[in-house]
Amino acid sequence: MILTVNHVTTYQYDAPMRSAVQSLRLFPSRFDGQRIINWDVAVDGGVKGGSFRDGAGDRVEGWSLRGPVSEVTVVVTGQVETTDMAGVLRGHRETVSPFAYLRETTATWIDDGLETLAQEAVLGAEDGLDRAHRLSRAVAEAIAYKPGVTHAHTTAAEALALGEGVCQDHAHALIACARAVELPARYVSGYLFARDDGEPHEAAHAWAEIWVQGIGWIGFDAANQCCPDGRYIRLGSGFDARDAAPIKGIALGTGEESLDVTVALESVQQ
Amino acid sequence: MTNFFNEMYDGGKVREPYARLENWTRAMPAELRQMKQAEAEALFRRIGITFAVYGEGGDPDRLIPFDMFPRVFTQFEWRKLERGIKQRARALNAFLLDVYGRGEIVRAGKIPARLVYQNEAFERAVTGFTPPRGIYSHIVGIDLVRTGPDEFFVLEDNCRTPSGVSYMLENREIMMRMFPALFRENRIEPVDGYADALRRTLASVAPAKCDRDPTIAILTPGHFNSAYYEHSFLADLMGVELVEGADLFVEGGFVWMRTTEGPKKLDVIYRRIDDSFLDPLCFRPDSMLGVPGLMDVYRSGGVTITSAPGAGVADDKAIYTFVPDMIRFYLGEEPLLQNVPTWQCGKEEDKKYVLSHLPELVVKEVHGSGGYGMLVGPKATKDQIEHFRLKIEEDPGNYIAQPTLALSTTPTFVEEGIAPRHVDLRPYCLVGEKIELVPGGLTRVALTEGSLVVNSSQGGGVKDTWVLAE
Repeated sequence: MILTVNHVTTYQYDAPMRSAVQSLRLFPSRFDGQRIINWDVAVDGGVKGGSFRDGAGDRVEGWSLRGPVSEVTVVVTGQVETTDMAGVLRGHRETVSPFAYLRETTATWIDDGLETLAQEAVLGAEDGLDRAHRLSRAVAEAIAYKPGVTHAHTTAAEALALGEGVCQDHAHALIACARAVELPARYVSGYLFARDDGEPHEAAHAWAEIWVQGIGWIGFDAANQCCPDGRYIRLGSGFDARDAAPIKGIALGTGEESLDVTVALESVQQ
Repeated sequence: MTNFFNEMYDGGKVREPYARLENWTRAMPAELRQMKQAEAEALFRRIGITFAVYGEGGDPDRLIPFDMFPRVFTQFEWRKLERGIKQRARALNAFLLDVYGRGEIVRAGKIPARLVYQNEAFERAVTGFTPPRGIYSHIVGIDLVRTGPDEFFVLEDNCRTPSGVSYMLENREIMMRMFPALFRENRIEPVDGYADALRRTLASVAPAKCDRDPTIAILTPGHFNSAYYEHSFLADLMGVELVEGADLFVEGGFVWMRTTEGPKKLDVIYRRIDDSFLDPLCFRPDSMLGVPGLMDVYRSGGVTITSAPGAGVADDKAIYTFVPDMIRFYLGEEPLLQNVPTWQCGKEEDKKYVLSHLPELVVKEVHGSGGYGMLVGPKATKDQIEHFRLKIEEDPGNYIAQPTLALSTTPTFVEEGIAPRHVDLRPYCLVGEKIELVPGGLTRVALTEGSLVVNSSQGGGVKDTWVLAE
């Protein structure tokens, strides 16, 4: 599948800021399921800084803006050819040990509810892969998709207690559950093409990856009860949503920030 | 616990390194001693060196007691120590390079993956990045105790930002000022080369992108930090800038320092702030002590940070147990300095042993420092022991235990004259293009009679440490 991405993020400040710095992880991962046809990331009025590929295989690029800054616009445009790998992250080069992803974060803290959910889900499971699938299903059943009830700082435990949430909450809950049964898991940010008619639409998305002995990292999108396929573009990963954020930024000054994001994804007819 | 090694007296005989000091103390009347002690205190106050060693907290304006009786090593003793310290510093750095790379030591089953990768000090953000010369810990502070003429043990390693070196330098300075004759009678190796050696070390790890004499700065959290004196003292001695996070910014893949003549590119940062405060974009988002974007510049090779972020995973108390294995694994050598035997309460068998031997052991928290949260079995009351028993049972993984070591004593000036008091030693090993160790270190002394706790927060003092020239 060939997917075209148009992703514009605008930060506006009600008073000019002294300066702004950003760390971007907005580049499609390099693995067997993705081939970049063209890709461009630009920050309006910004100076490009250091760029490198980190130990998790993600390309990171720093940007800075000298003040006064009243608006920061990050524009991502590009085309990626995807192949359905049934969620398996094959051919992805990284140095981080999977065991590093057994670490707890505030967002993925395991409470009694998550612990019970995880332990019950894997009862009778045959192997690691089976456990991962069961966990993903259990999370999908326990947390109904409902926008607007959770927020950026909602933890996995809170989302489970609510029984409702969005893809970020599903991913956090799945990471927590996987860790509860000693399976390394991480948060993945990316895009999802979700319309059959090929029209552009909002497409920022997130899911989880679970590490299964003998196979490696496998994506699980509990929110959509599937594994990532050709409709998904993978950008980067981390312990949780904050860690894996495609854009991390800070602006120095006293202004209040407001955010506007549009992500349009369309498929190109072949 | 009566047989402590006395570094000056072997029975009635004076040991060689202290031979000339006998006359010195004999010839010093009590009034002169009191006068000199007052003079020393006034000097310390004047230079403003009142900070707590090793981040122990406590009253920041309290002067750490200075004991004028020097601690002395012969050249022969020192050479042996030096070899052991350098060996350890090499192994610790090899370990760091490895665990942020392929992790061969974990794959080989020498160290459990959990202890490394789930360690709080393990920074996933720097995996796969190799700092200049592959060095992570450029200043390694190794805490040593002595139990006999040839018996030294490593208490702990400090791979992040070991403090206290300003005491090593100031103690010497003040001793030389007060007792010039003593320094003529004894041939003592100088320690004042430390600042040059530190500067050389830092310059030698400048990033590959730096094509001129590197610009170096010390990054301090600010004047409210208990070690601020040391930060400014070292910056002064090296002739480099002392900066705070707000003085720096990133642009175009480099770090810049605001100066009156405009921005100046910075090549090497000797940071004296913790990893979590270095860069809000990478670590703690609420911290304003560091520099936003610093880690992206670092990881793309635009600046060197010393010690490297993530270096702390090598000096954790749980990792400590494995340092002898590291030495064998990476260097193919036998360790020259021994570890103190350590029981990990997280292991069922070890916990059992510890709980049944509490009155004779020292129990420490894995992440504790400064002598707080510590049980010294032989000195503890029944209540204290029972209290620790409960704490260990509640969270065994948080505790380690060691035998109570018979720490050596050195003569120390006390109210009644001179008496033996227990001491430890922290030398500062520099790792850059070369591995260097100035002959000396910081000796801490437990001023309370019988006490084995040398921490300044618990009645500890400091001494000048001599290495005699041949």
